[in-house]
Amino acid sequence: MTELVQNLIDGLGRGSIYALLALGVAVVFGVMHLLNFAHGELITVSGYAAYAAFSNGWSWYLVAPLIVVVSVITNLLIERIAFSRVRGSSEFTQLLTSFGIHFLVAAIFLMYVGARVQTFAEPGWIADTYSVGPVRVEVFDTVVIIVAIVTLVLTAAVLQRTMFGLSIRAAAADFDAARLMGVNSDRVIRGAFALSGALAGIAGIFWLMRAGHTSPTSGINPMLSGVLAALIGGLGSLKGAVIGGLALGLAEVMLRTWLPGGAAALTQGVVFSLIALLFIFRPGGLVNVAHAERV
Amino acid sequence: MLLEVSGLTTRYGSISALRDVSLSVGDGEVVGLIGPNGAGKTTLLNTVAGLLPPAAGTVVFDGTDVTGAAPEQMLKSGLALVPEHRRIFADFTVAENLRIGGITLAAAERAEMLEEVAEVFPFLRSRWDAMAGYLSGGEAQQLAIARALMCRPRLLLMDEPSLGLAPVLVDAVFELIAELRDRGRTLLVVEQNAARMLDVADRAYVLRSGAVVGQGAGSGLLAETDLFDTFVRGSAA
Repeated sequence: MTELVQNLIDGLGRGSIYALLALGVAVVFGVMHLLNFAHGELITVSGYAAYAAFSNGWSWYLVAPLIVVVSVITNLLIERIAFSRVRGSSEFTQLLTSFGIHFLVAAIFLMYVGARVQTFAEPGWIADTYSVGPVRVEVFDTVVIIVAIVTLVLTAAVLQRTMFGLSIRAAAADFDAARLMGVNSDRVIRGAFALSGALAGIAGIFWLMRAGHTSPTSGINPMLSGVLAALIGGLGSLKGAVIGGLALGLAEVMLRTWLPGGAAALTQGVVFSLIALLFIFRPGGLVNVAHAERV
Repeated sequence: MLLEVSGLTTRYGSISALRDVSLSVGDGEVVGLIGPNGAGKTTLLNTVAGLLPPAAGTVVFDGTDVTGAAPEQMLKSGLALVPEHRRIFADFTVAENLRIGGITLAAAERAEMLEEVAEVFPFLRSRWDAMAGYLSGGEAQQLAIARALMCRPRLLLMDEPSLGLAPVLVDAVFELIAELRDRGRTLLVVEQNAARMLDVADRAYVLRSGAVVGQGAGSGLLAETDLFDTFVRGSAA
């Protein structure tokens, strides 16, 4: 029982990071129908920015906001340099473009910074724990979950209550109809990329804290987690992205504990198999299906 | 003239859906655009509103050449379109649909316009927080028109506002067009229901196979352009 609660908290902590990444993927998919395989590169780029800042003696308290700012700017630049040129092209073209960016960013860091993994110090409190009855809780997980909740509540408020949020939702529902209302397509797409970058940046803070290093290929894992979580939840659904992220985090942690000794190394493989099974029975992902059942 | 379309041609691939179409709408006029299915009426409105790129010709709005402008630019210059099939945002509340219609306005002005459209469409007030997807066909059509009016357009384009509505609601739509006309609104309305459109319109154009084949006022227009040919034989002219 104690172990289960501990795993739940661990899984929610991990899942919160995935949820923020997936929400960023879903926001961009919503307005552009672009499944952005370059999403993880925001963490590669901000990871190198963090490394550079640490080399100049910055502390985590300064580096954390820097990561968010770099992530937002990087996403806006990627949109400007690459995605704006294939806007309106087929979804396949946009998808390939995002793959191209994914490999290009890795190649740039490989060529100009080097293949070496650059490490930096984790914050002192990352391994600290505290006890609630018999359960030992990591400070890190607690911080992640609280920050994620605050971020999600703020994002929901922006999407529900502001004209900016309304225009993003309208563009996601029917892009042409939104433009007929006067929603500026450039502004709404840039806004979506900025929001997506901010969410990736907040996730990136914790991803990089936990990892303690960055390398040219650092983007792959956060990209996979974010895209997978968005797919699990049902692409296009923002609520689904959050649920998908939490589900993925919980599944990883639970499987690692439950799989017998030698099989624990296969966690990732089992998770992918489960996702494949999910798509056989619910091709639309978790949330879309719930929608269809209600109707 | 508020809107001057000259020599407009629009293509889907190699097929010309509109060929050399010219028409104009004056300030305060209600102009009908009638013709059979596939005549290019929707293509014409969508091209004027900026959803489709013209292959040739010009669109001049209020003295400014706006050929090929994006829909959001057209809206800013004062031209709004109630699109085919309404395309209201089904997952939005009625109020949210109206607010997005007034996105180009300042907040205070938007609140003012909400009051104003609620006066024209009183049912809106009782359905403010209802999901737009749950409205009846007639209510949804009224919401679509109200939404387009939110931005204070100088010219309102309507694409088949009576399509798919029960007869009693079709009556309501034409009453609404008459009311908007009496309030001094400028309208360009696409309708298949030619006789009724000619009743409320100042003038009308007849479109067939992507070209203007007649124009004028009143029921005489139908005789002139051979109603039978246009509506029964369709585009097999």
